[in-house]
Amino acid sequence: MGKTLQNRQENKLRYLPAIIALSVLYIVLLLLDNVLPANTFTLMLIPVLRKGAIYSLVCVSMNLLNGFTGLFSLGQAGFMLIGAYVYAIFSIPADQHAAVYQYFEGGAIQFSIPEMLGNVLGTNAGNFLGAIICIIIAGAVAAVFAALIGIPVLRLKSDYLAIATLGFAEILRAVFQWNGLGAITNGSNLLRKYTTFTDMNLQLGSITIKLHSLFPFLIAMLSILFIVLLINSTYGRAFKAIRDDEVAAEAMGINLFRHKMYAFIVSSFFAGVGGALLAMFQTTIQAAAFKTAMTYEILLMVVIGGIGSVSGSCIAAFLYIACSEWWLRFLDSGSFLGITVPFFRDGFRKVVFSVIIMVIVLFFSRGIMGDKELSFRGLISKLQKKSKKKEEADNG
Amino acid sequence: MSNILEIKDLVVSYGGIEAVKGIDLSIEEGKIVTLIGANGAGKSTTLKTIAGLVKPKNASILFEGQEILGKTPDQIVSMGITLVPEGRRVFPNLTVKENLRIGAYLRKDNLTEDMDYVYSLFPRLKEREWQLAGTLSGGEQQMLAVGRALMAKPKLIMMDEPSLGLAPLVVKGIFDIIRTINEAGITVLLIEQNANMALKTAHWGYVMETGRITMQGTGMELYENEQIKEAYLGKSK
Repeated sequence: MGKTLQNRQENKLRYLPAIIALSVLYIVLLLLDNVLPANTFTLMLIPVLRKGAIYSLVCVSMNLLNGFTGLFSLGQAGFMLIGAYVYAIFSIPADQHAAVYQYFEGGAIQFSIPEMLGNVLGTNAGNFLGAIICIIIAGAVAAVFAALIGIPVLRLKSDYLAIATLGFAEILRAVFQWNGLGAITNGSNLLRKYTTFTDMNLQLGSITIKLHSLFPFLIAMLSILFIVLLINSTYGRAFKAIRDDEVAAEAMGINLFRHKMYAFIVSSFFAGVGGALLAMFQTTIQAAAFKTAMTYEILLMVVIGGIGSVSGSCIAAFLYIACSEWWLRFLDSGSFLGITVPFFRDGFRKVVFSVIIMVIVLFFSRGIMGDKELSFRGLISKLQKKSKKKEEADNG
Repeated sequence: MSNILEIKDLVVSYGGIEAVKGIDLSIEEGKIVTLIGANGAGKSTTLKTIAGLVKPKNASILFEGQEILGKTPDQIVSMGITLVPEGRRVFPNLTVKENLRIGAYLRKDNLTEDMDYVYSLFPRLKEREWQLAGTLSGGEQQMLAVGRALMAKPKLIMMDEPSLGLAPLVVKGIFDIIRTINEAGITVLLIEQNANMALKTAHWGYVMETGRITMQGTGMELYENEQIKEAYLGKSK
């Protein structure tokens, strides 16, 4: 009896470090948005953090398929495209339609969900709730497409599945750019003026608290939490069983097609959510940007982080975005430590970046985390072991 | 006692090649029945067909008087037939405990009792509860495969060459377990190349050759049959 009570208390304490870390993170994000002055440092840091959060979500959603269910799917960019477009289409304010859809007579859809909610609840609350509703619709539409595509595609295996999903993503990109659908998708033109991160504010009396960075982190975190809970559920166990051995899984009574479908739909839903967040981040979107290269980039992050590790995917996403957007920028500037080097020109950072990636893939062949997860408990016990060893070494 | 499984005129073909050419087979409830034969005789195909993993060209398969032909593998498992696949096929990246829980995937009720039952049969698995199944030895993996199949609470358990690639002492242990399971009331259909052990353990045996059943009889009858001794038990002429 006493033991179970102790266990229960221990279980409660288990999540304490994580909760503290998250609170600290959120406070830092609030400070970054509201208090700290905009300088070259924060101007780089904030976009990298936001984009990192978005890519973490997309990577985790891809990892659910590739790492946990063993389905090698390369359709991620396609589902992100759907998410981004659906989000943008439903959140462009009514009076902006004429400007955005200038070649298509103001477009077919003449309402905006954030605006409609804004009229009832006030602008800030309307934007916040409207954005969340649009994000959910974006995910749902991506999920519906996944269900339709899944019926033929999920009967394929390994490379063939990858080719089919890749082809599907390319077809989608072409369809969204097609002028015939221009009244909805604006053809190959940009979609803009929709609700973005900078519209996410909290009004407390006369004080406005900006939630610009908090918002993507919040959505990404909740989504990743859902995926983690799914992975640890009975369904997650069935996914892993399918990954390990399809025949044995089938013999155990796991319906292969149905479970693959579940994984595919959930993954696509969150890819759609990620696409919607990316649209919010970029403030304008165009179908042409959702190329296969984008899927490869995400796949690269998943591989660097470790196939089958959620925390690995998140770490890799942040590191990758930071490297490609920020830390290696100095290589493009033409001079290094005051010395002017002729080949330090635009694009040189990409060369260095490729080399770094090759080194990582060569020396961490299973990614940064392998299939392990980062946990505070693991870190603490590792540190304790190290200090113990050090003590022993000091004594001896 | 009645027959738990009754197969009539089973024909299975892969492409144009008939692997099973019309066999009749019946399994009495509560017995150990073995199917022996050389490689390519069609034994595994027969098992896979019963489990619903392979679609036959023509057959009638009655399980407890109910037709199971055309049912999906998960429906067949929930009716009470489980397969221990050839070559163990445990899930290497799942822990022993997770493997066992996958075995009970279609069950909604409490698993603790059955988990304890499996651990009582295989104390070794209890010790390695949190270990990844891929790190177990061959014998332990076979135990896990059998335990995993038992978690579905089957009425009929089908084993595809449980002795494959195991040391003689371990094989003896596996056959002891098969007897224990059978004494607990579970019918066993056993496929073996190790005809010696299989015929000694089984109540009834079938001999299969190139897609046909050529002989049947009680385990001991077949064990003492001269032809079988020559063909499968390695007795020289």
